[in-house]
Amino acid sequence: MISRLAGLRAEALAISRRPAFREGARDGVPMAIGIAAWGLVAGVAMVKSGMGIPLAVFMSVLVYAGSAQIAALPLIAAGAPMWVVWAATLCVSLRFMAFSFHYRPYFAHLPRKQRIAFSFLMGDTNFALFIRRFPQFEPGYRHEDYFLGCAVVSFGVWQAAIITGIVAGSGIPESWGLGFAGTMALLALTCTQLRSPSTWVAAVVAACAAVAAYALPMKLNIVVGIAAAVAFGVLADHARPGRSKAKP
Amino acid sequence: MSPLEIFFTSLGMALITLLCRAFFLLPDQDLPMPKWLREGLRYAPIAALAAVVAPELVMTQGHLVDTWRDARIFGALAGLAFYAWKRSLFGTIVCGTGVMLALRFGVGW
Repeated sequence: MISRLAGLRAEALAISRRPAFREGARDGVPMAIGIAAWGLVAGVAMVKSGMGIPLAVFMSVLVYAGSAQIAALPLIAAGAPMWVVWAATLCVSLRFMAFSFHYRPYFAHLPRKQRIAFSFLMGDTNFALFIRRFPQFEPGYRHEDYFLGCAVVSFGVWQAAIITGIVAGSGIPESWGLGFAGTMALLALTCTQLRSPSTWVAAVVAACAAVAAYALPMKLNIVVGIAAAVAFGVLADHARPGRSKAKP
Repeated sequence: MSPLEIFFTSLGMALITLLCRAFFLLPDQDLPMPKWLREGLRYAPIAALAAVVAPELVMTQGHLVDTWRDARIFGALAGLAFYAWKRSLFGTIVCGTGVMLALRFGVGW
């Protein structure tokens, strides 16, 4: 057991010295302020819903999906049936399927255990940073090290912030507008993905659809926004014969 | 909900989000997918980000903002301008949040 732990420690140290890991971690650091602010807000919201500190920490570490946790809180507080909370989680998490689709070419060669571990670490921030750095698969580059560097920074900052929020609770007033820093972080990440006119149109279509469908329950407006943009993409590619190989 | 129910709810939530995130990474072979969908899915990530951000900026209590004197909108515009100028993620967050806070506490919007 001890030798196994020592082996793991040595392996972790070796990975953390790889240049791609360091590059990923370095790229993740500027986003920390947004992640930390949003984590604090999420933590305060969790403990204010009345679930108690141990359960709030348990859920945060295990689920590691801020938007799903926030969506679940009012349902849990209202005593909704378990399946309703799970349905809401599914709706909010559907966007991650798009992320996993895009990650596949970079990670398909890894063992399945590692792919599942990477899936757990997936988030909006490290996805946007990863795709900004690697619009295409680069043969010979250790993409997994870059991902891990960025993901470990995000995970550490997020968990530290959300647990601080849970423990500090109502000591952090809402009027500070901390949540807005998280929104600004996502806005900046959105900008990094605007690589061509068609991505601009997709973003505008998704934004308008998500606002128009805001009244839908369970944050389904996000799914509607994605569906509208994907439909736009399909139609746009079909409307331009001979240009179906256009890069986003 | 009782603590025990919250415990099991959390377990289920963890499993559901993990399955969504792992969906295309779990199988060893590529999932068969029509080409048109493959093309369309290229827009899904940018759409997901835009769809999460936009309502946060323009919705108040479930309604579209009906005044231009909203600190969030000017904060977002300042952030966008900063990104266009410097391409800095950190600067965009600080600039956007700073302008929003200045308007909220300085001007009272």
